[in-house]
Parts: sequence; C-alpha cells; structure tokens
Amino acid sequence: MKFLIRRVIFYVITAWAAVTLNFFIPRLLPGDPVQSLINKYQGRLSTDAIQSLYVLFGLDEKSSLWDDYVKYWTGLFKGDFGISFTYFPTPVSEVISQSLPWTLLLVGISTVLGFILGTLAGVGLGWRRGTWADGLLPVANFFSAIPYFWLGLIAISLFAVIIPIFPASGGYEGGLIPDFSADFIGSAIYHGILPALTIVISSIAGWILSMRNMMVTVSSEDYVTVAQAKGLSERKVMFGYAARNAVLPSISGFALSLGFIVGGTLVTEMVFSYPGIGFTLFQAISSKDYPLMQGIFLIITLSVLVANMVADFAYAVLDPRTRQEG
Amino acid sequence: MTLLDAAAAATPPRERKPVLEIRDLSVDYGYDQNAVHALQGVDLTLHAGEVLGLAGESGCGKSTLAYAATRLLPPPGVITGGSVTFTSARDGHGGDLLRMNDAELRAQRWRDTAIVFQGAMNSLNPVYTVGRQLVDGILAHKPRTRDAREQARARALELLEMVGIPKDRLGSYPHQLSGGMRQRVMIAMALALEPEIVIMDEPTTALDVVMQRQIVEQIMQLKDELGFSVIFITHDVSLLLELADRIAIMYAGRIVEDASSEEVYKMPRHPYTAGLLHSFPPLRGPKRDLAGIPGSPPDLVNLPTGCKFHPRCPYAFDECKLTDPALGPTRFGAAEPERQVACLLNDERVAPGPIPLELGVRPEGDRIA
Repeated sequence: MKFLIRRVIFYVITAWAAVTLNFFIPRLLPGDPVQSLINKYQGRLSTDAIQSLYVLFGLDEKSSLWDDYVKYWTGLFKGDFGISFTYFPTPVSEVISQSLPWTLLLVGISTVLGFILGTLAGVGLGWRRGTWADGLLPVANFFSAIPYFWLGLIAISLFAVIIPIFPASGGYEGGLIPDFSADFIGSAIYHGILPALTIVISSIAGWILSMRNMMVTVSSEDYVTVAQAKGLSERKVMFGYAARNAVLPSISGFALSLGFIVGGTLVTEMVFSYPGIGFTLFQAISSKDYPLMQGIFLIITLSVLVANMVADFAYAVLDPRTRQEG
Repeated sequence: MTLLDAAAAATPPRERKPVLEIRDLSVDYGYDQNAVHALQGVDLTLHAGEVLGLAGESGCGKSTLAYAATRLLPPPGVITGGSVTFTSARDGHGGDLLRMNDAELRAQRWRDTAIVFQGAMNSLNPVYTVGRQLVDGILAHKPRTRDAREQARARALELLEMVGIPKDRLGSYPHQLSGGMRQRVMIAMALALEPEIVIMDEPTTALDVVMQRQIVEQIMQLKDELGFSVIFITHDVSLLLELADRIAIMYAGRIVEDASSEEVYKMPRHPYTAGLLHSFPPLRGPKRDLAGIPGSPPDLVNLPTGCKFHPRCPYAFDECKLTDPALGPTRFGAAEPERQVACLLNDERVAPGPIPLELGVRPEGDRIA
C-alpha cells in the first residue's frame, strides 16, 4: 500500500512538471500564429486585418506569463484547451476527441497484437532453441531493420496500387458519415487493415527477439530444471516457470510502447493519410497552432505517464521482488 | 569402531536391493567429433536405504552423472549410451529411465526420484510463493479430484513443519527467505511425494558451515525416518566420510573407486583416492602432512592415453600410459567382494610388483605377497 501511494505521488509531481513544460515550450518558440498567417497570405493582409486577428486570437492583451499560466491550469480542469487556430472556431478538445479514437483503435490494437504475437513466438523460439525454428530469427531481424515509412510505402504500392485490394489512404470511405452503423465500422476496419499490418510486422520482430533471448537465459535457470525434475507438464514449465520470468523485461518495454501509441504514430498516419492524432499534430505544428499543439502534447505526455504507471503496477503484480516493503 | 568391525559392516550378510542401477552410462557435450566425453561407461548401483556419496574434483562429471541419470541434462549434453534402471524397493515397479517416453518419465520424476540442486538461491521460482511451488509439484502427480488442491496444501504445510519452517511461510516468496530456509524448502519439496531416491547435488555448497551442518543432519534424520536412498554429490570428501555408507570416487568422467566409506578412508585402493584423503586434515588421530595431488585435473577435450590419472600418479608405470583400466575387483579379489577399483596396480598380470604399502592396507594388517 505504501508502495502504491509513493508511486502515485511521484506520478502527480511528474504530471505537474510535464504540464508546466508543456505550457512554456510553445511560448519559447519564435514567431506567433498571426505572423504565420501573414506569411501565408504573403503580405496581402492590411494592418487593420492583422490587428483584428490579434484581437481574435486573444493575443492583443499583454497579460503576464503568470496570469496565462493560471488561466491555463483553470482551463485544463474544465477540459478547455482553447480554440484551435487552424480549425477556427472549433475548440481544441473537439479536434482532439475527433482524431484520438482513430489513433487509439488502430495503433492500440496493432501494438497489443504485435506484442502478444511477438512474445508468444519468442516463447516458442526460445524454448526450442537450436532447432529449425532458429532459422526464423534472421527473417524477423530483417523486418525489424526496415525503416517504418519505407515498409508503409512498399505496402501501399504493393497492396493498394499494383494489386488494389486495400485502400491507399484515409480512415473510412469518403461518402460515409462517422457513426456506429455496420457500413461505417466495416469501412473503418477495411481501411485499417493495411496500416495495422505494417505496424504489427515492424514491431513484432523486436518482441520476438527480446523474448526469445530472455527465454534462452531463463531456461538455464535452476528453477526451470527443478520444475522439469518435478515432472510438471511441458506447458506448465514453459509458461509458468520459464516464460513467466522471461516476460518481465518485456513488460516495461511494452508499457513504454503503449505510451507512444498516441505520440509515435506520426509516420504511420502521414504515410496512410490516416485521420489520427499524429496527422493532426503535424498540421498543428506546420501552422503554428499553439492551442492545438499544447493540447496534443498534453495528451501525449499524459498517456506516456499513464502507461508508465500501468507498467509500474503491472510489474509490482508480476514480480513480487519489486514490491518494496517499508 | 575397529578396522575389523568396519570390514564386517562393509560386507553385510543381509540382502541388498538395488533401486537404481546405472550401467555403462556415457555422456558427451557437443554433437560432432569435437564432443567432450564427460562421462565414459559409468557403472554405479544404489541400494535401498543407502547413502551413496559421489566425490571428485570440480569438472570430473559428478553433476553430469546426476543430470544424465535423471535425463535433465541441458543441451549440448547428450547421453550416448548405457541404461539407468529404477526398480522400486516397495512394489517393484520401474524400468529404464533412458528408454521411457515423455509421459512415463514425467510420472516417474519426483514420485520415484527427487533432486535437491546445488544453487539454493536459484532453485525456487522467484515469482511464485513457496506454497504454490510445493503444491504444483504434488498436484502434477495426483489424480484431479475436487479436494486435491486442499490435500496438497495440507501436505505442503506438513512438509514445511517437517523441515522446521514456520507454517506462515507458505505464502512467502523465495526472496523473503534466507539461504538456509530456501534449501530447507527445497528439501521439503523433494520429499513431498515420498520418493525412494533423493539425489543431492552439493546441497550445502552455497551455505555457511553452521547451516551446512544443520542441513546435513536434517537430511540424515529425515532419511532415517522416511527410508529413502540418497546419492550425495560433493567435492567435500570429509563430509562424505561422515555421512555416506558407500563412496564412489570419480575422475575424468569415470568411477575409479567404489567402496564403503570406512574402507575408502582407511584402506584406499586407488592412488587418486589416497591423494584426496591426503588433501584434508585427518578426522581423527594424529596430524599428518597435507600433500594434495600434484598437477591439475585433465582437460576433457584432450585426455591422456591409457589411465587418465597416470600423469599425476606417483605409482604410475609404463603400462599405465597404454591401458585404460576398467572398474573391477581389487588385488585382494574374493577377500573384498564389495569393492571395485580402476587401477592397473590391482591387476597382477601387469603390475610391476606388489601393491604399494599405502594402497594395500588390509584390515588384519597383512599384505599380499
């Protein structure tokens, strides 16, 4: 219990630091959104228009940084991240809530799938080391070495252009309105298959390799030999004794990759023009949309923190040695 | 005990039932012609109720023998020949372990032959409680009835009590126990199914001397109560002299001498055994100079020709470089029916003269002409 409270306090402090940094960093960037609009219109804006833009974005009042900071926090608690500049006048929270589910579902499912499949394959390969199964390792290595954007482009050119069985871009059929109808969900799944496959393929090899190596290490531990000597079934020894211990290092890696689901999908979503949060972040940065950037950064930071916390607690559940007492 | 008594005890009139017969067992590490021959034609018999000590320097194949006899040899170890026959002293069931299929082998393991391993620290799964590990071993050998788990738990508590660990430790994780407690748990675990054979592979090596003594005494006490046979593997000959009924001395993957511990101590027949005895202070009697054995154990990849011990042997003669002696009767033949030794000095046809004084001690004090 004490362990739990200590960890929670640690994460609250970290979250505060992250949110504060998130507030200051965009303000340290050179330029402002009005400047970027002026550049966009290449000097065809009158000074009056510029002035009204400043008023519109609320950048005319010369409020102090501290006041901004306090306002920022009160806004956060109300779920108010401000209004997006690029999608004006849509609130940031709405932009995020429209793009986040796409990323969470696509990348979430494929990351979890990649981890589960990769770890199971690693358990099998590690358990049967020194047999033909070791021949699969170079193949896995090959796929993990391919840069992801390239794998994505190859997948598109192969399965969307040369053999057009999957759509090349987008999250759903253009004519459909997002709702919970069978048509829409079917279309969303159909559009998600190719990007999901590329994510699974590029991530699975890493899990296979790390799990296989841990399995080989753990298999020579005395307690695995003892389990064999006790006459336990092969399955029990393999999963309960060997894999149960070998998976521990993978758990923290997995939790980290869960945290990067939200933030690390920029490439996937750009390659597949997928309407997720990475794509939105890319647009926000290129148009200096501070409120949207801040909102997305905050979501990314918090999801990494939450994933870390989950990893900590999962570790405490799985490995009794980490439950420090006193 | 006088020497005469010892000799009488070594050839008991009662019938001795063999429970484990290892015949011509050979083990290689590696698969090709560069394989290391870790065991070569090992013959060893364990009788019911007996404590058989297995001694030798590091790397002589003691542990390999234990792993091979239970088919737990990790790769790249390969059993290249021989047989390991278990025969129950209770109901006669058994068979050749090396020819059993996986299911038969799994059923045989732990129920008939249990093992306590060298590493007290690593023998327990760190993520399961002690209780869970005691219970799963018991459950693997019991029919799945509704109250099997309850019974296994009750048995686990009983076992902990038997080795002197408080019952509330059942829910502890291995890292919460001391080294001595962990090794006691391992002993309790080994006895869970009342096996007929318990193989102890240096069970006390990782413990301090006080704990060593307690554990060894406990093992011997439990052995007297429960009546299992023990193969006790250690490099500590002085420990074996105290607790073993019979001692087999190993050198370079072979058994070079097999005799009762009293005989080994007082009347060694193999020069290597004599050397081992000179490498620690005598248990009783006047002090003598510690000599040790010159040289170091042979490289198993590059074994000497003939007798593997001849480069280090003070009694070696020409024939030793040519002939690898087999384990057989001593020079005294029928007078020592229970003893076996692998040394050409005991072969009258090739030995250059009478057996050296040190290797020819007889209970009556007489020597062969």
